[in-house]
Amino acid sequence: MESENTSDKARGIPLPTGPLAMLGINIVAVVFGISMWALVTSYGVVGLPTPLAVARQAVIQAQSGLLWSDAIASLGRVFTGFALGILVAIPVGFLMGWYKVARAIIEPYVQFFRTIPPLAIIPLAIVTMGIDETPKIFVIFLASFLSSVVATYQGVISVDRTMINAARVLGANDFTIFRRVIVPASLPYIMVGVRIGLGSSWSTVVAAELIAAQSGLGFRMQQAQLYYDLATIFVSLISIGILGLIMDRIVMAIDSVLTAWQEKL
Amino acid sequence: MTPKISFRDVRKTFDIAGRTAFTALEGLNLDIEDGEFITVVGPSGCGKSTAMNIAAGLTAPSSGQVLIDDTPVSGPGPERGVIFQQYALFPWLTVRQNVEFGLKIAGHKRDERRRIADHFIALVGLTDFANSLPKTLSGGMKQRCAIARAYAVNPKILLMDEPFGALDALTRVQLQDQLLTMWSKERRTVVFITHDVDEAVYLASRVVVMAARPGRLHKIVNVDLPYPRTEDMRLSSEFSELRNEVWRAVYHPAAAA
Repeated sequence: MESENTSDKARGIPLPTGPLAMLGINIVAVVFGISMWALVTSYGVVGLPTPLAVARQAVIQAQSGLLWSDAIASLGRVFTGFALGILVAIPVGFLMGWYKVARAIIEPYVQFFRTIPPLAIIPLAIVTMGIDETPKIFVIFLASFLSSVVATYQGVISVDRTMINAARVLGANDFTIFRRVIVPASLPYIMVGVRIGLGSSWSTVVAAELIAAQSGLGFRMQQAQLYYDLATIFVSLISIGILGLIMDRIVMAIDSVLTAWQEKL
Repeated sequence: MTPKISFRDVRKTFDIAGRTAFTALEGLNLDIEDGEFITVVGPSGCGKSTAMNIAAGLTAPSSGQVLIDDTPVSGPGPERGVIFQQYALFPWLTVRQNVEFGLKIAGHKRDERRRIADHFIALVGLTDFANSLPKTLSGGMKQRCAIARAYAVNPKILLMDEPFGALDALTRVQLQDQLLTMWSKERRTVVFITHDVDEAVYLASRVVVMAARPGRLHKIVNVDLPYPRTEDMRLSSEFSELRNEVWRAVYHPAAAA
């Protein structure tokens, strides 16, 4: 059951593996990718804008404030839907994990709606809720709720029985076990759900804006498409990627603080 | 004198569709005196862990009962401390917080909790690690923390389920001596389950040998060696005779019977 941690040194690869060296390799890889992009586009091989043209367009959009207002519009939708989704998912996940009856009632719905991509709900949401913010936030809520609720539920049912027994023999009642054992023990699972939920919220918001919106990064791309404005499409795409990356890193940082007690491989 | 722990015809079967699929424990009768150190040894499937879980109140017997001071066990209670093979420490709590866990539930005030916890942490030699998280401790240190946690709520009985099973031979011997030292300072009734014959003889005043299929009590071997036990005793001929007797009972139950 207990294994000695296998040493990385055993493989005997003399490459630098420190965090700084890794960051250096990251930067080199990104610079290489952009250079390749510049090289390919400068010969007009694929008809795409050059990195310089995209950067120029980004500066124009940033100066006019359009980039910021689009980003804020998209982020606002994500955070509202995502926060609501997590807020509902965690108690429902605990309920499902803790009470077998609640699990039997809720699980068929969760499992069924999980098989429907949240984007497929958009037409229904627009018809029933109109074209303002509500349907978009609802779809994001659904996307983050479904991924987090399953993770939370998995966390609760994966808590080590022995740990529950250990609390019980120390005199803990059900409520104490829930609060002092189940909740902290399932936190790593919940954080995985939060991370997946944020990812799916972000991809959902962009798609929702492509279909029906008057603002946001997805809307901007959809507009640019009409005018064959490839540079703007690239600016939006890169912004979406960078914002998604930043949000993921923030969740990871919170996770590493909250679950620092975990024995990681 | 009434026994501290009394197994009365304790039976545990696992049923599938109303039929007995597996008899884990068949009519166990055993009395354990107050302050005694009992070890239980036997092959896997002999029901030794099942018997312990029933005494701990974590498993209900199919029939029969376990009496603690003449009161039938109906669930877990802080007067019976349990130590598990897998340590079962709470990984998000420090050593001190783990030891204070039961004290908090019992409603002890903060200063008192700290005082009691630090006393037992010192007794198991973890004072320098009181603020460490379990992930930074070795297996032996984790188990010492678990022992301190069990002792802290002041149980009359300690039930230990192969507590040193996952440790290396050297650490195991050190912890055996530590446990006996602790037991002599803070006397409790101990039921210690193991699959290691040497360990069973070294620790116990009586070794309970169990047999498998169906799980049952096979033989009780009295260990008439005085406490404190020493390394010389471990290497003595009396010890090896007792060990041989237990060994034969464990590995050749039919021949010895």
